[in-house]
Amino acid sequence: MIRLEKRPSPSRVWTAATPVLAVALTMVAGGVLFAMLGKDPVAAIRIIFWDPLFNEQFASYSRPQLLVKAGPLILIAIGLSLGFRAGIWNIGAEGQYIIGALSGAGVALALYPLEAWFVFPLMVIAGGLGGWAWAMIPAILKTRFRTNEILVSLLLVYVAEQILAAMALGLMRNPEGGGFPGSRNLQQYPAAANTELIANSGMHWGVVAAFVAVIAAYVLLNRHMLGFQIRLTGQSPRAARFAGVNPNGLVLFCLGASGALAGLAGLFEVSGPAGQVSIDFNQGYGFTAIIVAFLGRLNPVGILLAGLLMALTYIGGELAQFMLNLPAAAIQAFQGMLLFFLLGLDVLTNYRLRWGKREIA
Amino acid sequence: MKRRTFLATSALALGLAGTAFAQDKVKVGFIYVGPVNDGGWSQHHHESAMVMKEHFGDAIELVEQESVPEGADTERALTQMALSGCDIVFATSFGFMDPTINVAKKFPKVKFEHATGYKRAENVSTYSARFYEGRAVQGLLAGRMTQSNVIGYIGSFPIPEVIRGIDSAFIHARKVNPDVQFKVVWANTWFDPAKEADAATALINQGADVILQHTDSTAPHAAAEKAGNVYTFGQAADMAEYAPKPRISSIIDNWAPYYIERVQAVMDGTWESKDTWGGIASGMVKIGEISDAVPAEIRDEAIALEESISSGAYHPFTGPLNKQDGSVWLAEGEVADDGTLAGLNFYVEGLSGEVPK
Amino acid sequence: MDLSAIDPVILIASLMVASTPILLAATGELIVEKSGVLNLGVEGMMITGAICGFAASVQTGSPALGFLAAIIGGAALSMIFGLLTQVLMSNQVATGLALTLFGLGLSALIGQGYAGMKPPPTRPLDLGVLSDLPVIGKIVFSHDAMVYVSLALVALVWAFLRYTRAGLILRAVGESHEAAHALGYKVVRIRLMAIGFGGAMAGLGGAYLSLIRVPQWTEGMTAGAGWIALALVVFASWRPWRLLLGAYLFGGITVLQLNLQAAGVAVPAEFLSATPYLVTILVLVLMSADRSRAALHAPADLGKTFHASS
Repeated sequence: MIRLEKRPSPSRVWTAATPVLAVALTMVAGGVLFAMLGKDPVAAIRIIFWDPLFNEQFASYSRPQLLVKAGPLILIAIGLSLGFRAGIWNIGAEGQYIIGALSGAGVALALYPLEAWFVFPLMVIAGGLGGWAWAMIPAILKTRFRTNEILVSLLLVYVAEQILAAMALGLMRNPEGGGFPGSRNLQQYPAAANTELIANSGMHWGVVAAFVAVIAAYVLLNRHMLGFQIRLTGQSPRAARFAGVNPNGLVLFCLGASGALAGLAGLFEVSGPAGQVSIDFNQGYGFTAIIVAFLGRLNPVGILLAGLLMALTYIGGELAQFMLNLPAAAIQAFQGMLLFFLLGLDVLTNYRLRWGKREIA
Repeated sequence: MKRRTFLATSALALGLAGTAFAQDKVKVGFIYVGPVNDGGWSQHHHESAMVMKEHFGDAIELVEQESVPEGADTERALTQMALSGCDIVFATSFGFMDPTINVAKKFPKVKFEHATGYKRAENVSTYSARFYEGRAVQGLLAGRMTQSNVIGYIGSFPIPEVIRGIDSAFIHARKVNPDVQFKVVWANTWFDPAKEADAATALINQGADVILQHTDSTAPHAAAEKAGNVYTFGQAADMAEYAPKPRISSIIDNWAPYYIERVQAVMDGTWESKDTWGGIASGMVKIGEISDAVPAEIRDEAIALEESISSGAYHPFTGPLNKQDGSVWLAEGEVADDGTLAGLNFYVEGLSGEVPK
Repeated sequence: MDLSAIDPVILIASLMVASTPILLAATGELIVEKSGVLNLGVEGMMITGAICGFAASVQTGSPALGFLAAIIGGAALSMIFGLLTQVLMSNQVATGLALTLFGLGLSALIGQGYAGMKPPPTRPLDLGVLSDLPVIGKIVFSHDAMVYVSLALVALVWAFLRYTRAGLILRAVGESHEAAHALGYKVVRIRLMAIGFGGAMAGLGGAYLSLIRVPQWTEGMTAGAGWIALALVVFASWRPWRLLLGAYLFGGITVLQLNLQAAGVAVPAEFLSATPYLVTILVLVLMSADRSRAALHAPADLGKTFHASS
């Protein structure tokens, strides 16, 4: 019989090997799926994983697009990972992302058509604050009433979605938009637009912020007292209390930081790639980022790589759709498989497989 | 060869070093907002694209992408199509408007066609259908068929296109039945079967025995069938699976002739940016078969109305017509101009309720 | 404005139908959460049940076989979650989200050939005289069989948790897996069974949508019902009978809103739609502020990974 035995410390070999193994297994399983749909499996896998990076026709466009797609995922996931490490579960990043976008866009729409240098910085501040404030609701309820933050933060996503709909249909609707829902396009408001910093590089402020967040989180976790407290709390809350960690302070910090980063991601998205507040502005980045955080094993560098991998499957999946006429659903199922393999195989880094019966100690 | 040069230019425009490949076929791209089997809007564009593909056969190459979210992802989908060598790309949802304009700027040699929008450029055309002409026929049928004199209307969003439909249907229902009342419910969605079913049920429960819809699923038909003795109309698609009852007729978007015409124009090198607003006459709007549930004389009346609109003898918005507040909109014999209709944002006299702000 | 146009009897009757899918799914998730597992994949399991049920009933012409297929489909999908979280010890939150993504894709693939079809009709149960009773007849005795099945399942789950030994063990596992394990209970096996039940119920709820409530198949047709079911469990504070109340509140808001609109009342639709969630948060706060009572209902080990290390 096979059983699992906990390793004293995570295996270095498997830490590196499981993602590779998972991707390989997904290619096989996905290939079977695509073959069942009557498509060439080899071509499909090549288009998804290879063409966005190296295809002569597309790559110079899709490589930068990887950054555009990965930017918000990484930014949100970094924030979430801090809390997750300490056992503080913010799963409402989607809501914080929406509120951040609405706060930032609200500032821009209120100042329209003022052309001044301070418009965009104000929007950034408002976006971060909006996300922070939305995350403070579960944080304060948790510290004051011990209310479960998983559930409150999730419930607030639905509330945020309703606020978004109300804004897109009402207060923020473009007065020159012929009555269609959706705000003015911020890309066409130069003082508020989050444009590419270098043409055709995909780099906009949100991507820059994502990279900064990766570095900051790395430094925080490895070099800073607060990072030590976060890690300690995650490993042993009791030990952390003896070490003088203030658990409420940590809840406020972790939820606040993840909310602010999610809010910033929303702001950069609404003022950049998306351009406007629309009813379905949120594309599930907040939820996908949770998966990204775990795929990256809550490690800043891991999250960077996981975010890029997710982005690759999105972009490659789009290419496969119109090049091979694959249905969008097949790509979704394929992504689901990839996540299953990545999450499932992760067990190998922390546990050893043992054959035979357990010896009696 | 012309293709080579334009690909090279578009690549340059993006600052790319992509290699152009030679291909004789005209490459046509389509992006859809929903899945191609949504039973309504996207499916109809897709089917029209298929008819177009059949028409040209091997002379063209067709690429499609479904379920493209409106927003950041639209721009990438369009760009990738342009990069892959499409000569003409059809963006088939209103929400694709700004991204289409943005991408068109980067690919001046690629033609773009945007459905239902109002922004055009050198290489961006717009096209839309005069659904309100079909709504006039629907209104007449609804006014004649109702027993309770209450007609339910499921609206999606309070935009001019939908308000035109409500006004047009109401005017022609009142014409044949002065006692008729409209109840309008806004679903705030184009496509959500469960919500549409709820909306239809709410209207039926409040006495409506004819349901018109400006949302895309067949769920209201199923709700009407369950309730019994309620009539419905197919929207965008024929929805013939619910004929002869509850579905007694439909307005069908028929984009195929337009797609054939525009792709042909690209082949001939005669493509120009223009705004097309096609109605019954051009075949872009079709009235689905009026079923046997409708008595013959009412059917003939409806067909006569359809023909008079088609021949241009009659315009559905012909005065005297007042606005909801009683002020004069169109004087006797006056016909609404396209500009006013394009931005129509008010109810006509007799409709109750307010257009949501 | 004409509020008299709304017939309260008919309104309540249609509330019951509108609430049935989320009630079914939430009843399943309640058992899952009572066993200490948080499965965020309800939406994915629901939509998988919706297509499995739809496809099977179109193929066989029997709605009953359709519901059976939905149960199997939902449970099968939930076993992926079970395998990953219970055996391979992956994180429940991330795995549940991945399950939703996968379920949405898989269902759309299975459903490719089924768009635009009509399922075989399900008639309301013929309850004879009962259905003709004034008021009560219309509200209580005029529905299809699944409405009564869903009510019966709530009662069964309540009785199971309250009166049976198995129910006690399930709750013990959710309260403290370490303690339950020490007492010799097979934590992983019990949780797997709970997860399977949750999947089956979610599948059933999805099939109610595609076979009776809407009835048709379209991609993504659950449109967030699975997420509402999750919120509903919390609102009910893990008590079966409160699920009923919550289901009518959550499921009813949309119906009520549309009815008010049809009656000519201008309602802020978004505000109304947000209220059940705000109420749920309030309930949560009240519950957690009162610690002695919270401990009785919220499973203490919810969402924690278990490994029998000793």
